[in-house]
Amino acid sequence: MAIELKMPALSPTMEEGTLAKWLVKEGDTVKSGDILAEIETDKATMEFEAIDEGTIGQILVAEGTDNVKVGTVIATITGEGEEAAAPAPASAPAEEPKAEAPAPAPAPAAEKPVATERASDPAIPEGTAMVKLTVREALRDAMAEEMRADDRVFVMGEEVAEYQGAYKVTQGLLQEFGPQRVVDTPITEYGFAGLGAGAAMGGLRPVIEFMTFNFAMQAIDHIINSAAKTNYMSGGQMRCPIVFRGPNGAASRVAAQHSQNFAPWYASVPGLIVISPYDAADAKGLLKAAIRSEDPVVFLENELLYGRSFEVPDLQDHVLPIGKARIMREGSDVTVVSYSIGVGLALEAADQLAGEGIDAEVIDLRTLRPLDTATVLASLKKTNHLVVVEEGWPVCSIASELAMVAMEQGFDDLDAPVMRVCNEDVPLPYAANLEKAALIDVPRVVAAVKAVRNRG
Amino acid sequence: MAKAPARKPAAPKKTASTPAPASNREGPREPVPYDATPAELEKFYREMLLIRRFEEKAGQLYGLGLIGGFCHLYIGQEAVAVGLQSALDGDKDSVITGYRDHGHMLAYGIDPKVIMAELTGRQAGISKGKGGSMHMFSVEHKFYGGHGIVGAQVSLGTGLAFAHKYRGDGGVAMAYFGDGAANQGQVYESFNMAELWKLPIIFVIENNQYAMGTSVNRASAEDQLYRRGESFRIPGMQVDGMDVLAVRGAAEAALEWVRAGKGPVLMELKTYRYRGHSMSDPAKYRSREEVQAVRDKSDAIEHLKKLMQDAGIGEDKIKDIDKEIRAIVAESADFAENAPEPELPELYTDVLVEQY
Repeated sequence: MAIELKMPALSPTMEEGTLAKWLVKEGDTVKSGDILAEIETDKATMEFEAIDEGTIGQILVAEGTDNVKVGTVIATITGEGEEAAAPAPASAPAEEPKAEAPAPAPAPAAEKPVATERASDPAIPEGTAMVKLTVREALRDAMAEEMRADDRVFVMGEEVAEYQGAYKVTQGLLQEFGPQRVVDTPITEYGFAGLGAGAAMGGLRPVIEFMTFNFAMQAIDHIINSAAKTNYMSGGQMRCPIVFRGPNGAASRVAAQHSQNFAPWYASVPGLIVISPYDAADAKGLLKAAIRSEDPVVFLENELLYGRSFEVPDLQDHVLPIGKARIMREGSDVTVVSYSIGVGLALEAADQLAGEGIDAEVIDLRTLRPLDTATVLASLKKTNHLVVVEEGWPVCSIASELAMVAMEQGFDDLDAPVMRVCNEDVPLPYAANLEKAALIDVPRVVAAVKAVRNRG
Repeated sequence: MAKAPARKPAAPKKTASTPAPASNREGPREPVPYDATPAELEKFYREMLLIRRFEEKAGQLYGLGLIGGFCHLYIGQEAVAVGLQSALDGDKDSVITGYRDHGHMLAYGIDPKVIMAELTGRQAGISKGKGGSMHMFSVEHKFYGGHGIVGAQVSLGTGLAFAHKYRGDGGVAMAYFGDGAANQGQVYESFNMAELWKLPIIFVIENNQYAMGTSVNRASAEDQLYRRGESFRIPGMQVDGMDVLAVRGAAEAALEWVRAGKGPVLMELKTYRYRGHSMSDPAKYRSREEVQAVRDKSDAIEHLKKLMQDAGIGEDKIKDIDKEIRAIVAESADFAENAPEPELPELYTDVLVEQY
């Protein structure tokens, strides 16, 4: 009776990993707590421990194998009753119940090509060579480039230095820039957000990482009262050029206190710049712009996007303008506006709708304050229909703001009421099915687009 | 600080001034009162008197409706700002405080006219009339505010110290806060990082005995506030904040420690405010007699006057200074009353630095 060892999920968002190294071989006796293998996720290299006693029967996935799906059987352990003393020779695998042999997991393609028709970003010169980067790498490169260019820039936060970033976003920065400029803090958000704001007032360019924006609630006083208001209250005399950055929005199965989109909160505050990019090119170009800005910036990333790869312009200095939305896909029938992870859903929905004869224009807002209402209104003028897709609560959202903008400034262009596709208006639940039900998805976007089209 | 005045009077308990207990940890040297020259005594007197007269005038203008909102006066605490800041190097050291900030600005040499004009909400005010009493700044003078949220300046000041150390400019940050702010959580988060990273900062608790209407003993489990840094290994000093020479002497000992790269010092300055917490506070939580007793026995300006007389500075000289200060304050009040209000378009300026 063999026990199957399956590829473990080592983080809430891990779907696959690399089996970096086996530390046991077939026939080895193991007991609970022994380290069997090293597994690399996109965030870290983790040790995989035995929880049962027995003998390693078969190793089914060789070391060095990439993209091993979570749940794939990677080895078997035979229990004590059988062949314990006489391990089967490797060449003759025992008659283990092979019924459930290492079925190559029918996983979805690692990276779905989301949209077939993409508009190019006018901010990037035509003919620019592109490189493929994950959002995580793009963010790291943005910080590293700005730190090389300006020695006032430093990065501070929990686990940003020696641990290489809780989500590996700051990987390698400590090695290049040293502990004076890549600073591990105690767990003390209120304190280090205030310290960062003070350092910015004193002439430095802090990049303050919150492990996630959920923890920035402890520090929101400094973001709002200290950073956002200083320039105004001082009559333009004292600035606070600081970037507060980190993942925002729902992650995966971490429930209500760790899953929330704070974008509308920050976007309501005069004196702040709020940026929430979707792809790697924008993550890089806008983070560089944020670090250079003389104004305080809240830079909202998304954990689920960190590992996704996108084309990034291979430029010496790829900086994008703050406050400019981007038309991701041109279309004539309906305008679908989104930001952050919602953009991917909107693009997927647009592809699906195209098959049904509806030509959707997809706009990525990229910056949420100041909001590029001109781009949205120009698109509305063309399509006469507006749907806002937002991975966040519906009440007092970016979606409600855009609906108001459409009322005030685009009323005559509207052939149907504006619709929003937002998360359910509840704290995010833990149970997998409930979580799924609470979050926006492609079918909901498709349904909303059809609904506005049917209204006129 | 937008808090309503307290209603219940509280019987204040006198805390005896305790000398710091001998500790086997190293700390700043034992401070000695500053040995001031007659010229320096005159300078201190001039500055302290300017603060007192300025604040009295601000109180008057508030009563006339020329100053609005919250207005927290520094009367009684003058020796603290003057004694401490006279020890700083204005070219490199930075200062940050809470909303009771007029005194610290005057002590750092900022023009009383632009301060008073800010109190009256005029375009000529130091923040163009957009900050008011609690939100004033002068980057030029390395005075970083002027902050309205109780305790925020402690973390911000720790950031100023971080910047001094990061640049290696030799500067020290001085962060003032009150006995009330001393109970805020972020103060301790800042203590921890400041000592951990040996930041060049002097934390100054101006213990004026009352956090709005709540006496120290009613709010603080450890009411010897200079000990509040002990669990972070920050050395503490308790200082008579009504004696400008004691304050200056203690500042020098603290600065020696901090400038030597040994990390922060926590100074508790025992002082007293004569007026209410803000202009709208009737101060029913203490007796008139208590206030009068401090004025009679411990007033910082009267004490300094005696020192000046002992140093041979004549009554005439003192009277001349009094006159000179009254003239400066009258001039700043006139200026603040007559300066125009901000133009309406000013409403929309300075929200952001850049155009997007």
